[in-house]
Amino acid sequence: MDETQSTVLSILQDLTGEDVSGNMDTNLFDEGILDSMGSVQLLLELQNQLGIEVPVSEFERSEWDTPAKIVAKVESMQ
Amino acid sequence: MMSFDPYGNPTYFLLLFIALLPLMIGLLYGRRSHIYESVISFVFLMLTFGGVKWRTGIALIIYLVYQICLVWLYSRYRQRPDSPNKGWIFVVSVILAIIPLAIVKITPAVHHGASSIIGFLGISYLTFKVVQTIMETRDGTIKEFHPILFGQFLLFFPTISSGPIDRYRRFIKDYESVPTRSKYLELVEKGVRYVFLGFFYKFILAYIFGTVMLPAVEHAALQAHGISWALLGVMYTYSMDLFFDFAGYSLFAVGVSYLMGIETPMNFNQPFKSKNIKDFWNRWHMTLSFWFRDFIYMRLVFFMMKHKIFKSRVTTANVAYVINMLIMGFWHGETWYYIVYGLFHGFAMVINDAWLRFKKKHQAQIPHNKFTEYFAIFLTFNVVCFSFLIFSGFLNTLFFSARP
Repeated sequence: MDETQSTVLSILQDLTGEDVSGNMDTNLFDEGILDSMGSVQLLLELQNQLGIEVPVSEFERSEWDTPAKIVAKVESMQ
Repeated sequence: MMSFDPYGNPTYFLLLFIALLPLMIGLLYGRRSHIYESVISFVFLMLTFGGVKWRTGIALIIYLVYQICLVWLYSRYRQRPDSPNKGWIFVVSVILAIIPLAIVKITPAVHHGASSIIGFLGISYLTFKVVQTIMETRDGTIKEFHPILFGQFLLFFPTISSGPIDRYRRFIKDYESVPTRSKYLELVEKGVRYVFLGFFYKFILAYIFGTVMLPAVEHAALQAHGISWALLGVMYTYSMDLFFDFAGYSLFAVGVSYLMGIETPMNFNQPFKSKNIKDFWNRWHMTLSFWFRDFIYMRLVFFMMKHKIFKSRVTTANVAYVINMLIMGFWHGETWYYIVYGLFHGFAMVINDAWLRFKKKHQAQIPHNKFTEYFAIFLTFNVVCFSFLIFSGFLNTLFFSARP
């Protein structure tokens, strides 16, 4: 597991209180694990911990709805 | 000259079908003629805003020129290589974009119901499109501004009067490309199905609930004075009418967009099956609620968290819910019942979130089975219908208006 992935997963765990590393393709919104509030916190944490600036406009839900997609998104922005 | 409400009668649909036929044949053969599209747009806009309603047509033209200039200026400011991206310029731009709508909404409240001369059908929906474009330009997500394309986006005639509210980048992507033949055939199949389902919703079900039943139960409720079984009847009948009327219209707008090769987003997804209020807003008037989510709620939360206005995230979320829904209430109009409707949903979201947190913490103790699922749907349905009763303004007539 690379560093980005582990950082993203630890951010998600802090935010949601759930370890999602075993379910990389779970839909976080459908499962009620993440909501709009959680999304914003995720964006802020990505900024704080990884220095990635993601404006709210870039946050298209369907592109960020599973842990795997979030990791891929973050990697593409680094 | 003829004048129509969009999707209002069989003649409108007949004309629409004739106008769309050449365009559909073109798309089938991989061609999209922007000139032909503009011509039929112009004709249908004339049918909606011309004739006896020519004044609203003039208002629309002035509004359009004003907003295109505004977004163009803001976009020029943001696209300068050294753009300082000042917050106040952004705020002023958004306020300038909202002012025409604010005037139109406030005028009836201060002038005893008279409507403003700058108003026209669909102004609130166009304002959403303008504001979102300014916000995405600030974020740098929209990098180029084309006044003509932006005008096409605003004036897209199938959705001009009441949405669904599309997004600039999404619309332009469809507008500037031609779907493959198999993709387009799929769109046509869906589009035709949506239009026919729309007929069933709007001209049969909404007719039965709204035109046949509603006046009768309203009359009975007024006769009964105050709280009565008939009032409960008004609540359910109005809710059904509201849904089938608006969902029917939305199906027409989406269906016709599909026939034109534009995938306008859907507005409803079986809202009465929602298991809680949060779920409801992901299914009811979705393009509006997602607009509020993306351009008000999330930005508000982002701002409050970044500037650490509240210590607790729960407080932040709750304050944002109430402000978000209150703004939605004001957007509907400046009457007490729209504003109470907004507040009601704001607090419903707060309670909903508190319950979800409680449930998560006590997962082991709280039963979960088919019965609790149905109960959740039943409860949500009734809370929603009650909010529609507030929204309908009927309580205003019942309690505060002079009796006939």
